Amino acid sequence: MSRRINLWANIDWITVMVYLLMIIIGWVSIYSAVYNDDHQSIFDTSQRYGKQLIWMIAALLVGAAVLMTDNKFFFFFAYPFYTFTIFLLIAVLFLGTEVNASQSWFNFAGIQIQPAEFAKLATALALAQYLSTTKRKIHDVRNLLTAGVIIFLPVLFILLQPDVGSSLVFFAFILVLYREGLSGYVLFLMILFGVLSVLALLMNEINMLALLVGTSFVSYFAVSGKFKVAFKAILIFFFCVIIVLLFFRLFSPDTVLDVQLIIGATGGSLILLLLALLYRRNNAAMLAGLLIAAILYTYSVDYVFDNVLMPHQKSRINIVLGFDDDPLGQSYNINQSKIAIGSGGLAGKGFLQGTQTKFNFVPEQSTDFIFCTIGEEWGFAGSLMLHALFIFLLFRLIYLAERQRSHFARIYGYSVIAVFFFHIVINIGMTIGVVPVIGIPLPFISYGGSSLWAFTIMLFIFLKLDAGRMGSLR
Amino acid sequence: MKDRYSNRQYIIGAIFLLPVMFFIVKLFFLQVIDPSYKLSASSNVLRNVTQYPSRGLIYDRNGELLVLNQPVYDLMVVPGQLAPFDTAEFAQILEIDKDYIDSEIRKAREYSMFRSSVFLKQISSLTYAVLQEKLYKFPGFYVQPRTLRNYPRDIAAHVLGYVGEVNRRIITEKPDYSQGDYIGITGVENTYEEELRGEKGVNVFLVDVHNRIMGSYQDGRFDAPAVVGNNITLSIDAVIQEYGEKLMQNKIGSIVAIEPATGEIISLVSAPSYHPELLVGRARTRNFSQLAGDTLNPLFNRALMAHYPAGSAFKVINGLIALQEGIVDEYTDYICPGHYTVGRLTVRCRYHSSPKALSGAVQVSCNTYFCHIFRNLLDHPKYGSVTNGFNVWADHVRSFGLGERLDGDFPNELRGNVPLASYYDRFYGENRWRSLQLVSLAIGQGELSVTPIQMANMTAAIANRGYYFTPHILKSIENAEIDKAFREKTMTSIDSVWFEPVIEGMFRAVNGPDGGTARLAEVRGLDICGKTGTAENPHGDDHSVFIGFAPRDNPQIAIAVYAENAGWGSTMAAPIASLIIEKYLTGSVSRKWLEDRILSADFINRVIAVSDEQEN
Repeated sequence: MSRRINLWANIDWITVMVYLLMIIIGWVSIYSAVYNDDHQSIFDTSQRYGKQLIWMIAALLVGAAVLMTDNKFFFFFAYPFYTFTIFLLIAVLFLGTEVNASQSWFNFAGIQIQPAEFAKLATALALAQYLSTTKRKIHDVRNLLTAGVIIFLPVLFILLQPDVGSSLVFFAFILVLYREGLSGYVLFLMILFGVLSVLALLMNEINMLALLVGTSFVSYFAVSGKFKVAFKAILIFFFCVIIVLLFFRLFSPDTVLDVQLIIGATGGSLILLLLALLYRRNNAAMLAGLLIAAILYTYSVDYVFDNVLMPHQKSRINIVLGFDDDPLGQSYNINQSKIAIGSGGLAGKGFLQGTQTKFNFVPEQSTDFIFCTIGEEWGFAGSLMLHALFIFLLFRLIYLAERQRSHFARIYGYSVIAVFFFHIVINIGMTIGVVPVIGIPLPFISYGGSSLWAFTIMLFIFLKLDAGRMGSLR
Repeated sequence: MKDRYSNRQYIIGAIFLLPVMFFIVKLFFLQVIDPSYKLSASSNVLRNVTQYPSRGLIYDRNGELLVLNQPVYDLMVVPGQLAPFDTAEFAQILEIDKDYIDSEIRKAREYSMFRSSVFLKQISSLTYAVLQEKLYKFPGFYVQPRTLRNYPRDIAAHVLGYVGEVNRRIITEKPDYSQGDYIGITGVENTYEEELRGEKGVNVFLVDVHNRIMGSYQDGRFDAPAVVGNNITLSIDAVIQEYGEKLMQNKIGSIVAIEPATGEIISLVSAPSYHPELLVGRARTRNFSQLAGDTLNPLFNRALMAHYPAGSAFKVINGLIALQEGIVDEYTDYICPGHYTVGRLTVRCRYHSSPKALSGAVQVSCNTYFCHIFRNLLDHPKYGSVTNGFNVWADHVRSFGLGERLDGDFPNELRGNVPLASYYDRFYGENRWRSLQLVSLAIGQGELSVTPIQMANMTAAIANRGYYFTPHILKSIENAEIDKAFREKTMTSIDSVWFEPVIEGMFRAVNGPDGGTARLAEVRGLDICGKTGTAENPHGDDHSVFIGFAPRDNPQIAIAVYAENAGWGSTMAAPIASLIIEKYLTGSVSRKWLEDRILSADFINRVIAVSDEQEN
């Protein structure tokens, strides 16, 4: 009995309140998004808003059940649950129902379950378990590789469904590894290469090459302050490039200029790298290495884009980059979404007054594009409030995670935070047209039982762990 | 619990804040700064549904309705809302067959499942009454009210013209029009399209992406009702128009009657005509091609477009020119031996007493007299050359509105022909032609050609003693003024003093106790003045021509009649004009016998018989 009281007192009620507020915002938004004159009651279970209410009540019951569960359960069942989820991810490839050309749903007696939603939870638990048990140093390459396998094994199967959106979410776990001591360079490189990918698609090859080389020298000069060395390096570099170009001119004049320049620049960088290593200038060597990697990466991005991606994926990326402007074609969704949000103005059109979302101009307006309804009916003010609420939730969860005494709880907490963050940024970024269309839901707001349950369970496990933080568990 | 990496929570916090901040800025631009999305939103969700106006009504000069609107209904279909229905019953109500239903629904489906397509155009109100009762059985169908023209009197088809749906070319040229709109194609419907069409209204509805109407937008605050077109009153007198058309039955030709004091056209008949009802609604296309294929060319508006020789009626103009130029005075007379002969050229004249001065020459239509004065005019030494003399003559002729379009309010008018000196230069060589070679112009033949409306206008100018108003069909218009140009006199180049001798001749031609060419046209007390013509026609029998006005003082009506292949002007055109003048001035016809003779005269079948003979 004392345990009960203890639990009741130790739960972070602020987070619970934010959670309740969010699911109610979601419910009301869904009501507004699919509002139907013939079914005016928000409790009408023949409509999505009525159904969402059922999902919400069920989610609360599940959340309560999670709170009743012993903390040890999560710790000890992390691996078995992870294994079971992997099994489900494989099974769904054979037994699942196909929806929108991807095989990602189980259909049990009318209830649809998406194993990928629960894979995030399983991965979070397994990662927390693995990293916390033996005080493993993350700098140990073997540990890092194992963690990588835990994170990316589900990605493999989810990609086979194929559900690119859900699989991308797992990249968020890198943030967790960073918190646990992964080198900041890895995070930096990831961001750098992310930016490079966009630039590579936006710019033509020669400009990109010039940009890379220029940036390298300027940053070397900025970091070392050694003008003479930088100048020499530039001379050596361009000497190499010219030699390579002359070589091509003599022996193979028909080769595309791009290829000649890539080979020239790569060759020049390689020589710089060797010289830097020879003279033990580590900074310069690193920069030269980075330059080589960046050049090769840039061209592989173009290659992958042209030869590996599916047409719809290409066009989604093109839309965000501004190459594709075909309001009735692939960019239809994005355009309609931006129109809906943009028409909201400062204060919005008011509850149930949104015309864009209500009359089905925006596709998936109750699921992936739910933010349109909020943007249209509550305007910039409402958007700002929602962003504030999300940031508050994320910061509150960081605060909770940092106060954990157990590694397991902290790592798990950061996993939850990272997953939430990724969902929020990708989802909202998609609706305002700055991120390619990736069909992942907005946590707690979007319509859908699977995702609401998955997010609720993830959050409440963390709240339960937090409530028991004074316990003996490490 | 602190560890050595716990500071990283702040970096992670910063990583979280960065995109959120970016989003907020982006949202601020999207939602607050950029207005373009607000505009898109309204065009996206609001559907403007056109309310078609009914066209203005058309009245005659006495307020009698010539054209009104009858309600019809376009049956529309929205394929997405269709449910299985009893096609047999449906087909039976609408008098269509099942194939039609299938093919129209298929077409509509191909266009859109959610937008409405026209299923069947212009259902009559009778059919609609039956359909309306049962429409509930046919979900997915609804009716859109339209109007069609309706003609209470079966007259004036050429004057009124017809209305049709705009085609692609019109839509490109006139952006005001869109698919399904009506436009006046000929006649008054075309000239006064702007006034008659009215303004389309609009009902603004909220629609969803499937074009389903979800309700009125802001309780109809932005709805604009259709504005009915302006009614117009024509100068046409329906009674006279109808009577003229009746008199012209079984004849080919034209009657144009003008009120000289205003230029208003009282009647404009082109025979053969057609029933205006034929070119209304669904049957229009079929009937039109039938009419267009008719060898008698009923669609051809002879009053405005037929080129005829002016004939002897033109002598009055030559008389006026000669007076004006001082070639003759009213007492100058010429002996007529029954022909005008110079060398090998002979212009025959009919027997009459001789000599004749101008009035008498007009009265008996003496060819000899007019050949003399015409040649004396052209050869007069004061002009220096025949060419100059000819140009003086031609300028006088043009001042009566001949040889150019009158540019009244009727489309498709032709200009006739008053020859230029350069024409004869080409034909005979420069300065190689003499007045003798042009002498047929003296009696209204030769290269001169005119349209009936030009002849009527010329007559009005004579009746007015020297000026005319541009002939026009519009008398007044609701909510607008008529064109000012119609109220401005156009002066001829003949001074008013010279008209009396000519008019005296025209009076005597009709009323002369000693005989005149148009004695059949006399109506006691009406003082009709007129001039017959027998226009030589190279293609067959002569055309019967008459111009005239009445009464002599303060004329109320000026008229020109052409009856093709009907022989002398005195036998057919003059009586027709006389009957119309009598009917117009007195309201009734006293000479039943003459009317019967005209009504029973049949020149169409004669023409056909002749052409059959030629073919044989």
